[in-house]
Amino acid sequence: MKVLMSGNEAIARGAYEAGVRFAAAYPGTPSTEIMEEFSKYDGVYAEWSPNEKVAVEVAIGAALGGEKALAVMKHVGVNVAADPIFTVSYTGTNGALVIVSADDPSLHSSQNEQDNRNYAKFAKIPMLEPADAGEAKEYIKLAFELSQMFDTPVFFRSTTRVSHSKSVVDLKEPEKYKDKTGFIYDAEKYVMVPINARVRRVEVEKRQKALKDFVETFPENKIEMGNPEIGIITAGMPYNYAKEVFPDYSYLKLGMVYPLPEKLIREFASKVKKIYVIEELDPYLEEQIKAMGISVTGKEIFPYTNEFDPGIIKNAIQGNSGQAVSPYKETLAPRPPNLCPGCPHRGLFYALKKQKVYVHGDIGCYTLSYMKPLEGLHSCICMGASIGMAHGMSKALKEKGKGKVVGVIGDSTFLHSGITPLLNMAYNNSDALIIILDNSTTAMTGMQEHPGTGYTLMGKEAKKVNLTDLVSALGIENIKVIDPMDIKATKTAIKEELAKDGPSVIIAQRPCALFKRSNIKPKPAMKVDPDKCEGCKSCLGLNCPPISWKKGITKEGSKRKGISFIDQTLCNGCGLCEQICKFGAIS
Amino acid sequence: MSDNEVKSILFAGVGGQGVLRASDIICEVIMEAGLDVKKSEVHGMAQRGGCVTSHVRYGKKVYSPLAESGSIQTLISFEKMEALRYLKLLRKDAAIIVNTEEIYPPAVNLGEASYPEDVISFLKDNYEKVISFDAAQLAQKVGNIKTANVVLLGAISNFMNIDQSIWENVIKKSFPEKLIKMNLDAFQMGINA
Repeated sequence: MKVLMSGNEAIARGAYEAGVRFAAAYPGTPSTEIMEEFSKYDGVYAEWSPNEKVAVEVAIGAALGGEKALAVMKHVGVNVAADPIFTVSYTGTNGALVIVSADDPSLHSSQNEQDNRNYAKFAKIPMLEPADAGEAKEYIKLAFELSQMFDTPVFFRSTTRVSHSKSVVDLKEPEKYKDKTGFIYDAEKYVMVPINARVRRVEVEKRQKALKDFVETFPENKIEMGNPEIGIITAGMPYNYAKEVFPDYSYLKLGMVYPLPEKLIREFASKVKKIYVIEELDPYLEEQIKAMGISVTGKEIFPYTNEFDPGIIKNAIQGNSGQAVSPYKETLAPRPPNLCPGCPHRGLFYALKKQKVYVHGDIGCYTLSYMKPLEGLHSCICMGASIGMAHGMSKALKEKGKGKVVGVIGDSTFLHSGITPLLNMAYNNSDALIIILDNSTTAMTGMQEHPGTGYTLMGKEAKKVNLTDLVSALGIENIKVIDPMDIKATKTAIKEELAKDGPSVIIAQRPCALFKRSNIKPKPAMKVDPDKCEGCKSCLGLNCPPISWKKGITKEGSKRKGISFIDQTLCNGCGLCEQICKFGAIS
Repeated sequence: MSDNEVKSILFAGVGGQGVLRASDIICEVIMEAGLDVKKSEVHGMAQRGGCVTSHVRYGKKVYSPLAESGSIQTLISFEKMEALRYLKLLRKDAAIIVNTEEIYPPAVNLGEASYPEDVISFLKDNYEKVISFDAAQLAQKVGNIKTANVVLLGAISNFMNIDQSIWENVIKKSFPEKLIKMNLDAFQMGINA
């Protein structure tokens, strides 16, 4: 049966068709839907782990117990999980282990643009890379076969364009699950102390050699001969872009990007006159092919940054063949993403801004508050970093920093990687204030469960961690729980905690405005009384989507030049603007 | 359509308008009509009130889910000013369907920028085929403003030469029983708009 599927849906389907029934992940764009889709199939076990390192370790455990296990994450998640990944490369995987890395060229929803093909080479783990949803479904099966054949973890690389593009996929009958679980005791293989690891290190090189022979005849490394004047070596989505604009050239399309098929590449090179290597981000293929002594053209004409499209490839090869231009020459107002109407982060950041403090931010919806007019945070590096950075800055600035350094972190992010740095803050005792923005869900990626929500990915009720108890257990003595939608109380709490010696934690508790299980129901939309509004624009400081300002509506006996309006279809009556209006014009 | 020709439609709008849902439906229709189809969009951060676009490409065999700049034949914009944002991607003889609904971006709300004036006449001055109407108003006529995206699908179906029965079958499959009639009415409303 043919159906239309996104790359992510196809990866989930392919794993299911391959008889995989075990998967662990932490959500992250563009990978999130893989796990959400996989969890819907019959008879599977799928979990959101607190972070990617845990997810990989869970999958390794399952594989060592005989399962075919899948671990899924976005590109930067592989950094978090890198520690177990580099060593499971030594031990091998017994059952099977496939790690999906969903990369994000163009940083559509990420903090960096790293090219995770480098991890394959670095960790000596084979890597497959599909070009669309149909290939994604078949390649994930091949990845599990490879893992079993070579007793190795296998990387499966997607990119945003593969994960989030839809194409026609042919569904096949799923393989029947065979229970192969059980205990295998083999300490020399699985206990990586130096004496054993040195032996396994040699095994890795033997496996590398076997894989290098294997890839020469791997059917997904394909030569498609066309015009022999020009040969293109490529992999993944850029193959489609190139085929679109240069359908007649010759192609070597690599389905496996590590290790590379050297003989096949030499054979292709001998058949064509000029070779272009077309790849997004790093010159990963290019450098390896050049190291074979083959002359190719790559990054001297193709960009290092951002994802490609057919036009970029055409222009790079043909020279600038006349860029497309818009007849519209005016500047259009941008539409940056914004916090939703009724978002609890808005109240917190509005109150925090008034304190004139340095705020270390973290990864989540609240990162959006950095923009004008909220300007809510001043740094953001990666998941969990806010706490360690606030601690470090507070220690470095000593008296100068006292009462002036804050870290903000979401509930899901805190549980992902904020616990150990908070333990460090209590242990090494700094004066920074940490605010946990607890909105009861993983909001940015679309409402995923986590250990603080009381539910699992499979929809079962679960042990719900109590953040206050957890923070207290780490050794933090100053803890306050507040409602960030109460601006006055929030300001007071922040002031008080900043004034204290030693670390403080404020837990700002209020469910996300889009959270389905929330017991806070939307209220009628707020309205501006045009007789009372003085046009002071204070409410605009909230940057709330329904609030706008129109000039020209004046009032006798007042200096006002216009008034505020609230869009009645967008507003959900959270009441923040009512709290900050000095003229009682909003109700 | 010649043998190798691949056609491209660009869906544009603002998060929450049902842009991606509409482009999903059109892809199903194209697939049912026996053609190859690919579509591409970006999820995640862009959804929080930001711009939303979806490229839909179809033909006998489609490679790229993204269209080359200057090659798109049809733009369907769910919001008036959003139509202006992507003109660079269009062919000079492109057809443009515009919902005249206005959704203000933050800078306009804050009074720091103005909403562009005379959008429709600008489009008509530069493109031969421009169809504009208030899809939200038409959707309200059939009973629910949320069917505006299906009204717009009705309008684009006039350009696509795919049997109406295929459209109707896919619409029937895409909505729960009680919403089918309303959406079929919305579709017809778009055809006549």
